[in-house]
Amino acid sequence: MENKEVLLTVKNLETHFPVKGSKKVVRAVDGVDLTVYRGETLGLVGESGCGKTTLGKSILQLVKPTGGEVFYYFPDGPKDLRKMKNRELDAARKNMQIVFQDPQSSLNPSFTIYGAMSDPLKKFGLKTKEERRKHVGDLLEEVNMHRDYMDRYPSEFSGGQRQRIGIARALSVDPELVVCDEAVSALDVSIQAQVLNLLNRLKQERNLTYIFISHNLSVIEYISDRIAVMYLGKIVELADADDLYRDELHPYTKALFSAIPVADIDYHKERILLEGDVPSPMNIPSGCRFHTRCQYCIEKCKTEDPEMKSYMIRGKEHQVACHRSDEFVEAALAKDQAAAPERPENPIAKAAREAEEAGEKAE
Amino acid sequence: MAGESVISVRHLKTYFYTEKRCNKAVNDVSFEIRKGKCLCVVGESGCGKSVTASSIMQLLPRLSRIEEGEIIYHTHDKGDVVLSDLGKNSKEMRAYRGKNIAMIFQDPMTALNPVFKVGNQIAENIRQHDKCSKAEARKRTLELLKQMGIPEPERRIDQYPHEYSGGMRQRAMIALAMSCSPDVLLADEPTTALDVTIQAQIFELMTKLKEENDTAILLITHDMGVVCEMADDVLVMYMGNVVESGTAREVLKNPKHPYTRALLASILVLGKGKDQNIQPIRGMTPNPYNRPPGCQFEPRCDFACEACRERMPDEEVIEGTTHMIRCCNWREACKNDGE
Amino acid sequence: MKQLTRAEKHLYRKFDKIREREESGANAKRKKSSRAVAKFFSNRLAIVGLVIFSVIFLACVFAPLITKYQAETVDLRNILKAPSGIHWFGTDKVGRDVFSRVLYGGRYSILIASLGALGGAVIGVLLGSYAGYKGGWFDKVFMRIGEALTSFPTMILNLLFVTIMGRSMRNLIIIFTITGWVGIFRLARATMLSIREEEYVQALHAFGLNDAIICFKHMLPNALAPIIVNITINMASMILEEAALSFLGLGVPMQIPTWGNILNASQDMYTLEKAWWMWAPVGTTITLFVMSINFIGDGIRDMTDTSVQG
Repeated sequence: MENKEVLLTVKNLETHFPVKGSKKVVRAVDGVDLTVYRGETLGLVGESGCGKTTLGKSILQLVKPTGGEVFYYFPDGPKDLRKMKNRELDAARKNMQIVFQDPQSSLNPSFTIYGAMSDPLKKFGLKTKEERRKHVGDLLEEVNMHRDYMDRYPSEFSGGQRQRIGIARALSVDPELVVCDEAVSALDVSIQAQVLNLLNRLKQERNLTYIFISHNLSVIEYISDRIAVMYLGKIVELADADDLYRDELHPYTKALFSAIPVADIDYHKERILLEGDVPSPMNIPSGCRFHTRCQYCIEKCKTEDPEMKSYMIRGKEHQVACHRSDEFVEAALAKDQAAAPERPENPIAKAAREAEEAGEKAE
Repeated sequence: MAGESVISVRHLKTYFYTEKRCNKAVNDVSFEIRKGKCLCVVGESGCGKSVTASSIMQLLPRLSRIEEGEIIYHTHDKGDVVLSDLGKNSKEMRAYRGKNIAMIFQDPMTALNPVFKVGNQIAENIRQHDKCSKAEARKRTLELLKQMGIPEPERRIDQYPHEYSGGMRQRAMIALAMSCSPDVLLADEPTTALDVTIQAQIFELMTKLKEENDTAILLITHDMGVVCEMADDVLVMYMGNVVESGTAREVLKNPKHPYTRALLASILVLGKGKDQNIQPIRGMTPNPYNRPPGCQFEPRCDFACEACRERMPDEEVIEGTTHMIRCCNWREACKNDGE
Repeated sequence: MKQLTRAEKHLYRKFDKIREREESGANAKRKKSSRAVAKFFSNRLAIVGLVIFSVIFLACVFAPLITKYQAETVDLRNILKAPSGIHWFGTDKVGRDVFSRVLYGGRYSILIASLGALGGAVIGVLLGSYAGYKGGWFDKVFMRIGEALTSFPTMILNLLFVTIMGRSMRNLIIIFTITGWVGIFRLARATMLSIREEEYVQALHAFGLNDAIICFKHMLPNALAPIIVNITINMASMILEEAALSFLGLGVPMQIPTWGNILNASQDMYTLEKAWWMWAPVGTTITLFVMSINFIGDGIRDMTDTSVQG
């Protein structure tokens, strides 16, 4: 798995907003470490106000972070986007784009589709009008729309169509990284499928990397390779999509998964009901930020903020920030062994896994 | 069939008007809300599910009216009352509203008045319907807030809505709705504005109310997950029509109508991972001012025939069940199902 | 059967008609005319305003075709004549035809007001939209200047500037520009502040386009509607300001016949009591003109207001 090429690393990123008339700050993003590999879809999930959208926009420098580093791996080596000159950054923006949530406000009502897309294209090298029109037409066809639609105004399109235009706009400069900020949340379910399938197809065809932000776990699970769970400005758990669903380690992830109504009438899961509400990002609790609602809370959680720990489960990396994660990992592995007799494990893989686990514990 | 019905809606038509046009928002809808059961109305935006609920409460905007059909409320003391025959703002209607039939809304912030204390708003509703002293009303309000799981009710009762968090506001809203122990609770997307962990709390509360007070619930939602979780009965709506209805198991396990089937095929199920094959419904929902003349789903349906184009098919109930389908070709649509 | 109130009965009769048409399929075929124009014309006062405005405006523009008298021609044989078939609005103290003075005066008054409003609008829109878009020190500086200007009554400011700069038509236009931009500035700034949060603006940022293109090319067109309404209202108030200044003898030099200068000639008791035609027609014209502009402004507001159902 180590042959993955890094595209982006985020180190201890902080985005704090001042609050008018008070000395307090809203700690929207509060110390995030993250690595994004080329060609993967990283899902970012969390409840409203957890800072996931701010994180996405901070990575793209659409919101200026107040601390930390964002290294983007350009062909000529990694550079910290935060330290780049404005002019340099503007040129680099060609590599990273964003798809927005709200199909109503994401397109300029006074411009035709071509009119709105023409200026960025001019900036990134398509000098003649014919070139630009051809390019926009091709893009529209790529998102399954008629190329003549480029001369229409946004008000003539439905929500799903607008969202596809938004995707075409993001792809117009041929980026490597696309941040999808709640890209399907505002759409009806039958349209969501259309947009999700389109995003998956485009990723294959153009070898894109997605950071997919959503509060909808079903969507995240479907589209992501790896999933990061955010709570109050921090990532609390990060793992491969399948593994995260199988062995949720962090108590918050467990509660989040159990709270989601599943569209299967025969499915019954024990529900973990969380007490109370999410604290305000202006008043983040001391210690572990989840301790106020956590049923596994111990004394240590109230004072000490847990570090992100990395485990190897079934040969895959699984990161979690919880003081009691060792216990949860053991429980997850025990569950695995209990299920083992049904499906005998390959002896070689088993030996490798045991060796790895031994190595883990030795650490 | 267990559970007597509390509200029967028969052939309801509610149209909306603008200066020159008429939108047939709800066009011939019939259903029963049963005592102690939860009826989920599911459909995409613009299918008329919210209008149905506001028609029962007669809380429709000025430029709209109930054209035909009746809404019957089966009271336990006064026999059947035809709500749709009462004036929008008549004394009788106001008496039922809030006392016997209560409603909770999607956005608890706009539904509670920001300039009055939460406790006073609830107490006012109690005093409006059950003549009682102020102290008595306050006592009952406190009791309600406690029941709804609002922490420190003694302090919260004298706070304003903006001092409550989103989940707590929705609880207060439910407390207000439940203040006169209504027979029917109409919930219009009560958790859409809330986070999933808070949504779970609210549904837990609603289920408790249903089981303990025998309240009939009409829950409007667009989330199939919520339907699977909460529903005893299901009503699938599309462009103002009920296309399929029945018990939750009948509709969700053996969907027959092409729309329900397509809808279920288009949604993601948590836990099934990346291998799900989701199929969007082709085309898009028609413009409400430019509807297809026959079956509303016909332009997007794989099983459409000449008859569908001419008129909306009649309701057909599968024998021996409550499963209703409004489609002339459902047998063909389901012929590959292994029964 | 259901009891209906009278208002409901009236409404329901309308509903019946619409429904009947809908069911016969007539509505579906109806050709779509421009919604915005239809909205403007559904506001009756706006139409009245438009008619009055056009009549006065055209009459002023084509004054030489309408009246055979010159505004400045003195005719001492016919002073203070009451309105008649020859002199429609009578004559003034030196025998000038009041009707032609009102028409020619309108040319100057409208010119001053519209140039003043336009100048204010250009400055206000340019500064305001950039301040709203960019924020920071630029925004702060111009907000303070604006606050300083609005803390004086406009009339006092006008008088102050006239005494400093002297009386001339050009100076008056400059003064109106200076005192008139603040309102537009504030409005443009506020509108841009809300547009700034729209996602399409962030999309433009994500492309790294330069500020001027984002601000003036992509955002400004969406902010224009309320600004245009404000410009019309500004123009109306400048007509009044010009009249007031000239009435006080501090506007345009006396030899130029503006509406204000015509009124200036009727300051004395004798004219007020005995020669009503010297002030009544011009006063009425000013009132009608200002009113009509305000009506048109209302109509434009309806036109651009998406919350009003057409």
